[in-house]
Amino acid sequence: MDRTTLDLWVGIFVAAGVAAMIGLAMKVGNLTSSNLGVTYALQASYENIGGLKVRAPVKSAGVVVGRVADIHFDDTSKAAVVTLNIDTRYHFDKDTMAPIYTSGLLGEQYISLLPGGSPDNLKNGDKISNIQNALVLEDLIGKFLTNKASESNDKDKKAD
Amino acid sequence: MNDNLVEINDLSFAYNSRLLHKGINMRFPRGKVVAIMGGSGSGKTTLLRLIGGQLTPSSGHVKVDGRIVHEQSREEIYRMRRKMGMLFQFGALFTDLSVYDNVAFPMREHTNLPESIIRDLVLLKLNAVGLRGARDLMPSELSGGMARRVALARAVALDPAIIMYDEPFAGLDPISMGVIVNLIRSLNDALGATSIVVTHDVHETFSFVDYVYFVSAGVVVAEGTPEDLRASQMPFVHQFVHGEADGPVPFHYTAPDYRQDMLRGANG
Amino acid sequence: MVDRIVKGLRLIGHRVIDRIWRLGSAARFFLYALVLSGESLRRFHLTIREIYFTGVLSLIIILVSALFVGMVLGLQGYNTLQKYGSSEAIGVLVALSLVRELGPVVTALLFAGRAGTAITAEIGLMKATEQLSAMEMMAVNPIARVVAPRFWAGVISMPLLASLFSMMGVFGGYLVAVPLLGIDDGAFWSQMQASVDFREDVVNGVIKSCVFGVACTIIALFEGYDAPPTAEGVSRATTRTVVNSSLAVLGLDFVLTSFMISV
Repeated sequence: MDRTTLDLWVGIFVAAGVAAMIGLAMKVGNLTSSNLGVTYALQASYENIGGLKVRAPVKSAGVVVGRVADIHFDDTSKAAVVTLNIDTRYHFDKDTMAPIYTSGLLGEQYISLLPGGSPDNLKNGDKISNIQNALVLEDLIGKFLTNKASESNDKDKKAD
Repeated sequence: MNDNLVEINDLSFAYNSRLLHKGINMRFPRGKVVAIMGGSGSGKTTLLRLIGGQLTPSSGHVKVDGRIVHEQSREEIYRMRRKMGMLFQFGALFTDLSVYDNVAFPMREHTNLPESIIRDLVLLKLNAVGLRGARDLMPSELSGGMARRVALARAVALDPAIIMYDEPFAGLDPISMGVIVNLIRSLNDALGATSIVVTHDVHETFSFVDYVYFVSAGVVVAEGTPEDLRASQMPFVHQFVHGEADGPVPFHYTAPDYRQDMLRGANG
Repeated sequence: MVDRIVKGLRLIGHRVIDRIWRLGSAARFFLYALVLSGESLRRFHLTIREIYFTGVLSLIIILVSALFVGMVLGLQGYNTLQKYGSSEAIGVLVALSLVRELGPVVTALLFAGRAGTAITAEIGLMKATEQLSAMEMMAVNPIARVVAPRFWAGVISMPLLASLFSMMGVFGGYLVAVPLLGIDDGAFWSQMQASVDFREDVVNGVIKSCVFGVACTIIALFEGYDAPPTAEGVSRATTRTVVNSSLAVLGLDFVLTSFMISV
């Protein structure tokens, strides 16, 4: 095979390989949606964050508006401090609620931003005060069991 | 200026702790064709590798153009090798390159000549070995004799001062053999080179070389011009030149007494 | 009896020492190939030629295998996911298993079988027919001229092949999931994109395949270069290439995965 045909084939191969890599990044992966552009940071502290991880999505009305940038434990308040990076295109008021939700029953956890009614908007570095801890499955099951137990106790008492 | 382009002085070489050469002395004068002869396995090819600096002697040294080969740096040995051409036993052509590219290989590696000049040089070398018409063939399409001639064209591609031949006649028909004999002599004289031919083919070799060394059991046992050696009464030389089966080089590999060996039975 | 045990122990000891010795010389060979890479990068057409032989010629087997692997993943995944009522997650399952594990690993195994054996056999035969010696006598270093271009060709080809494998596998999974099993087209892609992370999954997969590329190519080259110059020696060396490359790929995969997960 002469050199030009060989070069052509190698060129096609390399182009296809690079295209596949870009395809993996764009079509299969979330490179497009994870690029937030310019962001500002908000903070929120939780008693329990459940299984929330760094880079978990922050959604409002189901749309990704930011990502979890950092999670650390604050020793004085004994709470988890979560830093959220929010796209500068979106603004949230000071009464915004930030509960941790789970997508589906066993899916990944994310932070949802539910707008409140305050006229002032949150600014870079502000702290969201209105939070709601993550639902932890074990706690739910525990509550469910104690309820059941007390119900049956009540029944037993009535039977007496 | 020294008359000997290559000198081997008191050279010993051990391979896997087996002593292959025990104090060899040889002289290869400029412009001459010198043969190294000996039985199979007597380390003749190893001598060529020692001259080319691919192996390091255990003691003694090889001098090429007055410089001791194994004391040179790697770069210096590579520089020396550009002045050497070597024809390997079965040609050792690069199987993934065509005849043309094989001959062009050393020129492309070592010179910055433009492709048009390389083409002229390659055709010149191929013409010298009579294979200008075979330039587009692949090595797998060549006969043994043709492959040897292409390899020869490649070996002389950079007009070397020393040309080494490793068993150039092995496995060739008489016609190809005659062609190679003529080429060795004419290339040597045309290039003003020094040729070293390693072979065990007595009759072909005696017809064109200037000087012969006989090697056996790691030492030079006889040397001289072909005429001297043909007349020699030394038992080894006589056996070798006349191709006798038994003599100083025994027919049997070293073994215990045959009668005792048989009597010992299968338990031995 | 004691004699036999001693003999056996000695044999095991010899084998172990031999392996370690070979590992050492392989490492030296690797370093040597790296140091002498200058020429293969300067005269890049030498490397391009080898990319043709290692990369382009492996394309067919890689793409066809990927298609089937993707389709099988789709079918199997569907069967299992359906039980939990989440058959839309099939895109996630296919994409994650391909991008993270199957793409790099299966590509490397196929590469060892297709390109690795070819490299070993070629170099082994070049050695057996004295082509490497001839090159050295022409003052051309065979490591720089023969080994290094093949090394870089392997290292460049592997991630490209692995990406093509993953992409083709996802396409195979798509073919099974959407037209055949009737899963919604939008759900297939959107769930996949929501769960496959660019840095943690895609980039890590590419890093894996680069490491596998280095390992497979250097093993193939070393076995060829180290093979005894006989027909038997070369055939054994090609077998060793497949065995050692496969073991190296699977072992390295474990090490790399544990690093990537902990980070």
